[in-house]
Amino acid sequence: MTEPTEGGVPEPSEQKPGAVRVDKPTEAAAPTDEATAPTEASAATAADSQATGDRRVLLGVEHLQVYFPIKAGVIIDRQVGQVHAVDDVSFALLSGETLGVVGESGCGKTTLIRALVRLIEPTSGSVSFDGADITKLGRKQMEPIRREMQMVFQDPQASLNPRKRIGQILSTPLQLRGVERNRVQEETRALLDRVGLPPDVVNRFPHEFSGGQRQRIGIARALAMNPKLVLLDEPVSALDVSIQAQVINLLDELQDELSLSYVFVAHDLSVVRHVSDRIVVMYLGKLMEVSPAEELYTRPIHPYTSALLGAIPIPDPSQNRARHRDVVSGEPPNPINPPSGCRFHTRCPRASDICQTSEPPLTEYARGHLAACHHPQNVTESEIAASTRSDQSSLSSGSETPDLSPGTGLQSVPVSAPATAA
Amino acid sequence: MSAESTAPLPAAGTTAPLLTVDGLKVSFATEDGLVRAVDGVSFTVDPGEVVAIVGESGSGKSVTAMTLMGLTRGPNSEFEGTATFDGTELIGASNAQLQRIRGAGIAMVFQDPMSSLDPVYRVGDQIVEQIRAHEKVSKAQAMDRAVEMMERVGIPRAKERLRSYPHEFSGGMRQRVMIAMALSCSPKLLLADEPTTALDVTIQAQILEEMRTLRQDTGAGIILVTHDLGVVADIADRVIVMYSGRVVEEGTLDDIFYNPQHPYTWGLLGSITRIDADRSQRLPAIAGMPPSVLRAPKGCHFRPRCPHAFDKCGEVPELEQRQPDVPTSRDRCWLPVADKKRLRVVGDQIGLAKPAQEPVGA
Repeated sequence: MTEPTEGGVPEPSEQKPGAVRVDKPTEAAAPTDEATAPTEASAATAADSQATGDRRVLLGVEHLQVYFPIKAGVIIDRQVGQVHAVDDVSFALLSGETLGVVGESGCGKTTLIRALVRLIEPTSGSVSFDGADITKLGRKQMEPIRREMQMVFQDPQASLNPRKRIGQILSTPLQLRGVERNRVQEETRALLDRVGLPPDVVNRFPHEFSGGQRQRIGIARALAMNPKLVLLDEPVSALDVSIQAQVINLLDELQDELSLSYVFVAHDLSVVRHVSDRIVVMYLGKLMEVSPAEELYTRPIHPYTSALLGAIPIPDPSQNRARHRDVVSGEPPNPINPPSGCRFHTRCPRASDICQTSEPPLTEYARGHLAACHHPQNVTESEIAASTRSDQSSLSSGSETPDLSPGTGLQSVPVSAPATAA
Repeated sequence: MSAESTAPLPAAGTTAPLLTVDGLKVSFATEDGLVRAVDGVSFTVDPGEVVAIVGESGSGKSVTAMTLMGLTRGPNSEFEGTATFDGTELIGASNAQLQRIRGAGIAMVFQDPMSSLDPVYRVGDQIVEQIRAHEKVSKAQAMDRAVEMMERVGIPRAKERLRSYPHEFSGGMRQRVMIAMALSCSPKLLLADEPTTALDVTIQAQILEEMRTLRQDTGAGIILVTHDLGVVADIADRVIVMYSGRVVEEGTLDDIFYNPQHPYTWGLLGSITRIDADRSQRLPAIAGMPPSVLRAPKGCHFRPRCPHAFDKCGEVPELEQRQPDVPTSRDRCWLPVADKKRLRVVGDQIGLAKPAQEPVGA
């Protein structure tokens, strides 16, 4: 890793050809230099968020590792093991983009986004924001950066101080941002209005609100800092369906209005698909697949992804009956002692000998679709021939090219095409 | 509130329903006033049938399920209506009667498997305790039954795992233990209150698969309380939609998903993010929030959030069959059936949105 850089100097290694392409299949598979010089932090570039080519990398993550030590001993704390929570994860987030992170509980998705803002210190690897490495910054130096990357937590009840009024909860970040005293009240009301709450709630306490409203307050608090990036940790999991839809719509609107970028962590794949441009699938701390949102659902390459997709019940009875589903057996193994080779091989229907011995590299297929699998599905021979080893691959992975023939049968069928409900 | 005059639908087959709930009302006296948690619920469950009760938090779906088990009794609760299980009246039953039914006749699986298992006893002992409470069998026999049950719900190395404590199991395995325990006395009816909500999708799929097999093997009726319409579509035969303490619509799985009659059901269907839908559109969500159970609106409870409400909605609509040609479907909505077909279409799917023209029916 390079030394920490300050003041917006771009890191040379940030030009990740695989990562910077977005969901439109307009570009060829050849690497481009579209991510060079992401120096200017102007909001203007974020505004044309729908353009494909020239979007900046807002957040670069390289070989990020977060291990938690397990200690034993009465007098002397000996380290007896490690939980491999996040293990060599690399990806890039473009400005204006929504990146979904999915996986089962314990796959490290929450640890990952907490490490991005350094609420948890990464064990190794680097995180760069707006071109500058923030992994080694001190507390004071982190302050201005934390303003730009705000978090919304899963449990809005637990993340709002129960003894503070809504006005105080929202005005504190405004004052920190340097909003003038006489304008704070006005701004607070504007924030509430923006998230769809009446301005007269400023004198109320968090317990007086419903879950959905509390989550709106959590979002308003994040917006108070005028962030560029909002990290959303399961923001709708605790809410009822009808309220979920309202909050998702709100997040959509805010993104359009304020050119925000989102990292959206959730275990619900249908919610993630609805909000994301690109999706990262994690399993036991490793990246399994990175894909444009639409393609992940129509053409999952990694068997784990299709196992996840197959497990989601579609809220449509006849499609549910018609669909072939691979119900993956077993549960995720222990992250203290993860399986060798490909971490999914213990549950994978396509696993062969090589999966046990060699960790598959992240292979880059067309349209920026990456998958770490020795026996990919939904790809052709020629696509494999055209594929390359992505430089986002983990350092411990091998260099084998994928092989179409699976170890043991079971060909998966992608999720069926949309059909109208009425 | 008007009296519940409508009798539950006759069962489709010749068999008598396993459970008949008629005009059930549950209210709790609280410091803030009377909470009408369940306000007129009627339905039946046949043997071997999976009935899903769908609704948001506070809709009364869990209270309905718990009342059937006698778990909502207390000095501040009041009940009205009847619930007949296999010839026994549950609402007025004595504790001794209920004791016999719980576990053996009706078993319950709760949402949170950690807090419903005793952390200081081995899971095997907990299952054995339940078996021996209902049947005169030796400890060894009960142990064998426990192993058999655990194997049946897919717990590997059941004989060893019998000696484990609840904390040694993962969430999915704990839920399996709960199901094994619930099934250990071969109940005729299984009440599952959000059994998969706390689990990952992959584990959820496994548990639902177990429940499907069990229904087939034992012929038990299942009441599944959930808010997840995906799970409903996966496993249910019939669906009951609850809103603010009342059943607003009831029908077969296909009735609810393809021919829903109540605007709240439209809203629910519209709110779901589907993995197979067009994601460029905003979700046609329901505006506003569920009403407080303390101050429920007059007339139809959904009226304040309903874009199609008109004058008549000030009166409470009865839960009755409103489509002459669909005997399985009942709902509580005053809108004319013909208009519903048009109003529920939002874009190319079912949803809840303000109609373009003037509201109809007035």
